[in-house]
Amino acid sequence: MKKPLLVFNQNGIYCPIAKIYMDAWRPVDKVIISHAHADHSKNGHKHYLTHPNSVPIVKHRLGNINIESKEWGEKFTINGVQFSLHPAGHIIGSSQVRVEYKGDVWVYSGDYKRENDGISTPFEPVKCNTFITECTFGLPAFNWEKQEIVINEINDFWEECKSNHQTAVIFAYSLGKAQRLIANLNLDIGKIYTHGAVENLNEVIRSYKNLPKTYRVTRETKKEDLIGNLVIAPPSTHGSSWLKKMVPYVTSSSSGWMTFRGARRRRAIDRGFVLSDHVDWKDLIQTIKDTEAKNIVCTHGYKNIFSKYLNENGYNSFIENTPFEEEEITGNNV
Amino acid sequence: MFDFADLVEQIDKTNKTNLKVEALEKFFSSASDEDKVWAIALFSSKRPKRSVKTSDLRVYAAEIAEIPLWLFEESYHIVGDLAETIALLVPESKQSIEPPTLTQLIGEIKDLKKLDEVKQKAYLTNRWSHLNYYSKFVFNKLITGGFRIGVSQKLMTKSIANVTGIDQDTIAYQIMGDWDPEETTYNQLILSPSKEDFIYKPYPFYLANPLDQDLRKLGSCSEWVYENKWDGIRAQLIKRNNEIMIWSRGEELISKQFPELIEMGKFLSNGTVIDGEILPFKNGKIGSFNDLQKRLGRKNVGKTTLENNPVILKAYDLLESNDLDIRNLKYIDRRKPLKKLVLFLNNEKLQLSEYYIFNNWNDVEEAHSQSRINKSEGLMIKNINAFYKVGRKKGDWWKWKVDPLTIDAVLTYAMRGHGRRANLFTDYTFALWKTNDNGDRELVTFAKAYSGLTDKEFKKVDSFIKKNTLERFGPVRSVQPKLVFEIAFEGIANSSRHKSGVAVRFPRILRWRQDKTIKDANSINDLKSLIHE
Ligand SMILES: [Zn+2]
Repeated sequence: MKKPLLVFNQNGIYCPIAKIYMDAWRPVDKVIISHAHADHSKNGHKHYLTHPNSVPIVKHRLGNINIESKEWGEKFTINGVQFSLHPAGHIIGSSQVRVEYKGDVWVYSGDYKRENDGISTPFEPVKCNTFITECTFGLPAFNWEKQEIVINEINDFWEECKSNHQTAVIFAYSLGKAQRLIANLNLDIGKIYTHGAVENLNEVIRSYKNLPKTYRVTRETKKEDLIGNLVIAPPSTHGSSWLKKMVPYVTSSSSGWMTFRGARRRRAIDRGFVLSDHVDWKDLIQTIKDTEAKNIVCTHGYKNIFSKYLNENGYNSFIENTPFEEEEITGNNV
Repeated sequence: MFDFADLVEQIDKTNKTNLKVEALEKFFSSASDEDKVWAIALFSSKRPKRSVKTSDLRVYAAEIAEIPLWLFEESYHIVGDLAETIALLVPESKQSIEPPTLTQLIGEIKDLKKLDEVKQKAYLTNRWSHLNYYSKFVFNKLITGGFRIGVSQKLMTKSIANVTGIDQDTIAYQIMGDWDPEETTYNQLILSPSKEDFIYKPYPFYLANPLDQDLRKLGSCSEWVYENKWDGIRAQLIKRNNEIMIWSRGEELISKQFPELIEMGKFLSNGTVIDGEILPFKNGKIGSFNDLQKRLGRKNVGKTTLENNPVILKAYDLLESNDLDIRNLKYIDRRKPLKKLVLFLNNEKLQLSEYYIFNNWNDVEEAHSQSRINKSEGLMIKNINAFYKVGRKKGDWWKWKVDPLTIDAVLTYAMRGHGRRANLFTDYTFALWKTNDNGDRELVTFAKAYSGLTDKEFKKVDSFIKKNTLERFGPVRSVQPKLVFEIAFEGIANSSRHKSGVAVRFPRILRWRQDKTIKDANSINDLKSLIHE
């Protein structure tokens, strides 16, 4: 049997021939970053490589680092191994990494989703022999509605808050979900206000991508300014004194976990919208078909269950552990 | 059309009480009378009899969802609720047909029992494929039973009161007892109940709030009386029209489980209602809750059980005397006839729960500290002038529990949590040291607990578990014994049913003792020393 092109070691996902890591979780010399979420782009590496749309965000988060970029589909070779980045549709700039050596092709998915969210470059399946996939929502209970339907629900919720003279607050991850909402919500209803953590990223992203106008919540912002409008804030602000400013407000959350009735009730949030930046069950299966891969490496989330299912369905599948956080559960990612 | 599924959806979509009440009012002013009666029944934990085995239900659902049964089971384990799992897994139809009414669905479900498996499956397939998510969820809940969806009885009675203009406490009283939703009309139950209907009803129980303030802020010490807070089954013993019945606080008729109390009730006069606590009582001593459990869950109690696990009724209060509802008398004025009654009856099965009067707060604290020795959970503090109210009302009745018992135990097994915590191992089993026959120390399971840590701590423990798994048994993993937790619990008793020989009540995690190694954890003997004999 051939030696595996990519291995999981204590530092990250590693290509021994090219001596380069993907999304390394410990400091290494060279790393390819799939996307700018904190658990995938860690501090302390000597040399970073990622898509141009991720560069300003990674720099904003990590400061002055040594970073280069590659366009979608742009091939580059390291020690005879050919690499290229392909859109993953998870957040702006998020990429899959294709790795080819002597006819053997591996793809590392990073985090991904299939639906065009209007802000990330849409996902493109890449044919390969071995596919390393995330399975955050790798259970048949997860079945996303079309974005349009969920966005309409959120618009209705906003209108309802407005007619009750309340502030609509929606908790969303500062990077990704927040911009997805901003790009899609109906701004005829009112203004979108943002928490500083969200607005800082908006400013970074506006330098290369159009985003509708948003308003930063500052010390000067008055309650009356906010009523009838929508506030986007990171989940960590739930229950904080910062939020008190929004009184009277109604809280909501948008995440794949809102599928579960218990998730919303336990968090004491008024409304939950099922909107995820990860693939659901049917799209996981569709993606695996599309890649035509026979070997599937499952990481992250319900990997044990999903891997067992794949093995029963004729694939050669196994699991690998990564320390990637359950970002949607904790919501601490910025 | 605002039907029952819409109501459940609206309630589910909010955490705000006023919006829940609004939705309930909308339902109770627009639904058909028969649907209203069923809704009241469901929200008061009355449910239709189960007509399909849940094991069959899972098989059908897995087939219709086109997934293997093991994957259905895994999903169920993670979602944590069968009705919700099925609603998520069986495909949804986009075509809208007129949804069936609540009463219609319940009727259909009842008839399912008569069908063979093929027909049952065909029926379920058809229904599932023509209902939207919430209707599907409600439908499944009706089949699987248990309808806890965040509507308290209080919220429901308030909404009905708002819609009908009838006093809320009256409604709470009207919907007590053992009425059959199939045989009861909305008119009979709510709008114009007949006097006879009340013969078989207990009064709504008055419940105390936990003491959440400094004792001394209660005002003058002498305005209050103090009773032991007994740990048994709160119940009403009723005698009317020569019939005797016992209703538990959970509104279950438990007469059959306690024949000796029914026997004792024969000596009461008609038109008497005593509020009290059923307590295990053997050889002149109050036993543990564990002894009481042997009396519950049995259809009929045999002679041996009666002899081995005798009980008494500790009387707290008198609610009805000589056919008169005396709930609006002051506490002390209800206690006088109660004392007289107990003395007059002179029956060993009926004892008075004595109250105490103290002249200063220090004496109250002293009495509180003696609770465990008295086999009580703490003190009840009752205002001498208080009426007997309906439900949990703040101000006149307080319960002041003793601090929980605690012990340091080792984490040995873990299971995944549900819902938001579905990816985390949050349900734990804890063990204590025991010296075996060879003189070696080994860890013996003593309790399970799944609450008490912060999200951050759960995440840390979860990652420890994933890295230190020894063996997997389905959803359960055995874990390298390394972590020590302080476990709190309310009561403790010897038990032959438990491996440790001890049963504890309401165990929960108090804190993670990161300062301790497993050598420092307590032993089963330490645990046993907490039992007051
Ligand atoms: Zn991500």
